[in-house]
Amino acid sequence: MELAEILVKFTLIALIFSVSLLIAMYSTYAERKFASFFQDRIGPDRAGPWGMFQPLADGGKLFFKEEIIPTQANTFLFILGPSLAMLTACMTSAVIPWGTFITVFDTKVSLQVADINIGILYVFGVVSMGVYGMMIGGWASNNKFALLGAIRAASQNISYEIAMGLSIIAVVMLTGSLSLSDMAVWQGNHLWMVVCQPLGFLIFLICAFAETNRAPFDLPECETELVGGYHTEYSSMKLGFFLFAEYINMFISSAIIATLYFGGYTFPFMNDFGMSQNMISILGIVFLFAKIFFFIFLFMWVRWTIPRFRYDQLMKLGWQVLIPLAIINIIFTGIVIMFVG
Amino acid sequence: MQSLSNRSKQVTDKSMTFSERIYLPAILKGMTVTIKHFFMKKVTIKYPEIKKMFSKTYRGLHVLKKDEQGRERCTACGLCALSCPAEAITMTAEERKPDEKHLYREEKYASVYEINMLRCIYCGLCEEACPKQAIYLTNEEITPADFDRGNFIYGKDKLVEKVHGPNGKVRGGGPLNQDYYHGNAQINSAYQNLELSK
Repeated sequence: MELAEILVKFTLIALIFSVSLLIAMYSTYAERKFASFFQDRIGPDRAGPWGMFQPLADGGKLFFKEEIIPTQANTFLFILGPSLAMLTACMTSAVIPWGTFITVFDTKVSLQVADINIGILYVFGVVSMGVYGMMIGGWASNNKFALLGAIRAASQNISYEIAMGLSIIAVVMLTGSLSLSDMAVWQGNHLWMVVCQPLGFLIFLICAFAETNRAPFDLPECETELVGGYHTEYSSMKLGFFLFAEYINMFISSAIIATLYFGGYTFPFMNDFGMSQNMISILGIVFLFAKIFFFIFLFMWVRWTIPRFRYDQLMKLGWQVLIPLAIINIIFTGIVIMFVG
Repeated sequence: MQSLSNRSKQVTDKSMTFSERIYLPAILKGMTVTIKHFFMKKVTIKYPEIKKMFSKTYRGLHVLKKDEQGRERCTACGLCALSCPAEAITMTAEERKPDEKHLYREEKYASVYEINMLRCIYCGLCEEACPKQAIYLTNEEITPADFDRGNFIYGKDKLVEKVHGPNGKVRGGGPLNQDYYHGNAQINSAYQNLELSK
């Protein structure tokens, strides 16, 4: 790999990193704002115009709060937990295709950090590692509530990962590739996957809610039963990392949903107006982010609408409803592919 | 039995239909309700800048009234202290000197009059008990916070009605022969504006 290419990749990584951190930061603001709008309130409006600097104030507050590590906690693992949660949340963005490519000074710059041919499997691997952050953090706190929250998080994520994986198999069968950029291209050439796979999309969406521990599946941190869940004992920026990781996860899963089911960076009639490649790429990024923001909004919309599941209902939904449905979806897709071609 | 409210519903235990069992229509219905609220007019009142109007019957902080000639009405009879269920009121009575006739209306007055605002439950029984129309709970100031409990014992310096302002407006209440709930008309018009803006 020549030096220029390495430099470009590093720039891209830094850019994606800062963008996803920025979006996660403002997701916390958006969450509070939207929550209050849904409840006929106006939300934070004191820090700057319309409360725009509220995330900075929140972040600053978390930084300067007292750092408490319980004496009975396993210090190493206690610190490892939130770090791991943050790390895995940030790692997923590497394989998401943010656009096709931009030509700068006669060199093609791909807008994807790593176009690995097993993209979606990589996403799955990293996402399933994400639960280790919560589990280790919850276990190391040496607290009943934290442990219960961690156990809930683990069993919930494992249960829903199965249905999620199965729903994606149908997508893979259609596109014939595990690479996320191939999937986006396929949808650009054919149809958006949500049209071909409505049931699969629904299953994936529900599982995405469960995987990110968002309402109505936010049992690992449900205040009414478990105080704070797995992060009960955490304070200061370690707590901030856990909360922040949740919002990064939300952003990334929105990006994955947009890429898998809503055409990623492709948009209708993208090749019909004779626009230059750079123009198409930039418009593609804009469209992708519009889709992502819609799904982030959907995450919040659902959170402030639906009450939390009971734990047995959660397990029943995962194992007895979603997994069989996903399998039926695979079989049905297979039959259609066999006869239609 | 005859239904009183016409709101009673017959309860059945019929099993749910398919559309009810998949929950999605219900969820979508719920989400349309919430998205409607998203665009609704917000009810928040931005407090320090905009203050909510108090109702006509609001019971605020106490005001020791003065009469039309600016003399204190209280005669230190102690009925308010007696009627107070929280035992928040104490006072010391004193005889009026001949040269104090312009300060106190009755021959006996309260030289010390203290209400412990931490004990007070704002029931308004003192107001009802007072035979001289001297105490009213009409000061619509939110009780200010303090770090010291001692500062919540309000003496005459805080309780007695301030001297009449230039246009007859006073803090904590107007002259008694007018509507003693000060700013009553003001409140009503403000509420009307609020109703109109909805």
